[in-house]
Amino acid sequence: MDQFLTTLVAILNSAISPQTAALAIAAIGLNIHFGYTGLLNFGQAGFMLIGAYAFAISIIGGLPIILAFLIALVAAVLFALILGIPTLKLRGDYLAIVTLSAAEIVRMVGRSSLLTNITGGSNGITGNEYRGPFTDLSFFGDGRIDFGPWNYDATGSNGWWFIATAWFVVALLCLFVWAIMRSPWGRVLRGIREDEDAVRALGKNVYSYKMQALILGGVIGAIAGIVYILPASLQADSMGRSMTYFIFTALLLGGAATVFGPVLGAIVFFALRLLVQGLAGQFVPGTIMNGQQTEQFAWIVIGITLMLVVIFRPQGILGNKKELSFDVK
Amino acid sequence: MSSDVPTTTATITAAGAAAKASVADVPHEPGVAKPDAILTVDHVTRRFGGVTAVDVQHLEVQRGIITALIGPNGAGKTTFFNLITGFDKPSSAPKLIGGPKAGEAAKSSFNGNEVGNIGATKVAKQGMVRTFQLTKALSKLTVLENMRLGAKDQPGENLFVAMIKPLWAKREAEITLKAEDLLARFKLLEKKDDMAGSLSGGQKKLLEMARALMSDPVMIMLDEPMAGVNPALTQSLLGHIQALRDDGMTVLFVEHDMHMVRHISDWVVVMAEGRVVAEGPAGTVMDDPAVIDAYLGAHHNTDLGDDSLLTDEVAEELAAEVTAEETAEGKA
Repeated sequence: MDQFLTTLVAILNSAISPQTAALAIAAIGLNIHFGYTGLLNFGQAGFMLIGAYAFAISIIGGLPIILAFLIALVAAVLFALILGIPTLKLRGDYLAIVTLSAAEIVRMVGRSSLLTNITGGSNGITGNEYRGPFTDLSFFGDGRIDFGPWNYDATGSNGWWFIATAWFVVALLCLFVWAIMRSPWGRVLRGIREDEDAVRALGKNVYSYKMQALILGGVIGAIAGIVYILPASLQADSMGRSMTYFIFTALLLGGAATVFGPVLGAIVFFALRLLVQGLAGQFVPGTIMNGQQTEQFAWIVIGITLMLVVIFRPQGILGNKKELSFDVK
Repeated sequence: MSSDVPTTTATITAAGAAAKASVADVPHEPGVAKPDAILTVDHVTRRFGGVTAVDVQHLEVQRGIITALIGPNGAGKTTFFNLITGFDKPSSAPKLIGGPKAGEAAKSSFNGNEVGNIGATKVAKQGMVRTFQLTKALSKLTVLENMRLGAKDQPGENLFVAMIKPLWAKREAEITLKAEDLLARFKLLEKKDDMAGSLSGGQKKLLEMARALMSDPVMIMLDEPMAGVNPALTQSLLGHIQALRDDGMTVLFVEHDMHMVRHISDWVVVMAEGRVVAEGPAGTVMDDPAVIDAYLGAHHNTDLGDDSLLTDEVAEELAAEVTAEETAEGKA
């Protein structure tokens, strides 16, 4: 029972952690690409990395935090333009290939030993080097705040200040997505998702709308990158292909083309993983599965869950089956 | 609302008579000049590898009338549609380097503006709106949203305006009103909250046509509007198309159903093997030997499914014809 309680507390802690919020934000961005516009972006982690690097390097270079934040957004805009200009006129699959490889390029450049004094190479940048200005903004004061199962420092890394700002950003972005997707602008995007040529025949500039969507989702991805590294450290390998896969899983689990789907998906994603890991650790004897293996087992279960979701509930937990489901047939 | 839908009885409206009169004096030859052309196309060719799908040297479409584009399968009608609406680029399009000689490059002008090389979006913005042979209803949007998407001048389609609803809500209300009005005309109003994907094939055709009308086009291009539509609906669709003409719109449509072409078109353009082979009013064109050869066949007025027509006499006659043709070919 004790162990079960530990698992439960771990789940509750992960549900509100800034990392979960970061995954939710990245999924919100991907939702604009994939859920609403139908753009297959397999490089959302690349956008996160771009944002994270731009932010961290700017702060280490001595720029104020607001400026560093803006630089991260601009970097994401540029990255989206570079990816979009050559590919958005082509069929959707090409964007998928280009984003996939571009994200890898960013990661490989970031961890390259030639850039060690800028990006930290494969060791990355430790959080202390760029966290300072953000911690200084806190008005939560010092000490600890205990709230039910959640006991954290008020301001320290991974503390309430980080949690509160991260989820505030999530809320803000949900509001933003809700506001633009009920508008005629969002309607054009959904039209493009269904049939580009039909929308073109109605006199809408499809290329421009796809570009706007790519940029917007990418910028949100960059914000996710910043939220992700603030309480932790910046390491290129932590935002690789597997991160893109987690984002997709969270999005599909929660329900693409819904406002809260990505958020719920991100929470469920981590909760499910911890639950499986906890249960496996508690009930499966160590001789069959040791601690490391339960973790891998949890990932396997996540993969199977994604398959089951796509096959049996293609609209996700919150999705409207009429509005969005994948043509799995 | 539905009671005033015009039907295609023998009554010819004043506008219809005027439309016919406007092209009455035009000679019946391919590529002829029209007194008031809304669309002029020059030197438009399209090659797919070695096959020349479209090779139209000159064609004019008269303003305010219904023009039918007919021709056998593979005549290049749909490709020609794609070329003039900007969905495809002519092989003869002017190029920076190389390309055709100055006088022979593809050129098309619509309503006084060059539309040869500006792309589908801008062509549509100029007021030339098309539908597709294979309907493109946006399946996972509701019927009403499909309609709203067709509207012009919605400021909320700009990202920065979109965030603030009061800036576009007023225009949205106007658009919705107009959409409901059009849906009522096309008998789709009770379906307005259904997903467009749930409509039948014929209803999708209607929806696509209604959606095209949301932007108040100057000219509407219909690619096989009647394919797959049941006879009763065809009748009311014909009425709608005539009503569009009577409202001052120019209609260009591709169709295979000769009864329909005869019924509503004011002018017929016949294509075969990518070229315009004949032009004229429906009655005249259908007697043109070139058209009969290329498209209609000698027995186009006979119902081939009607067994009573296939008496021994007819069968003998057909057999004789076949032998005659064979000998003629043998001699040649």
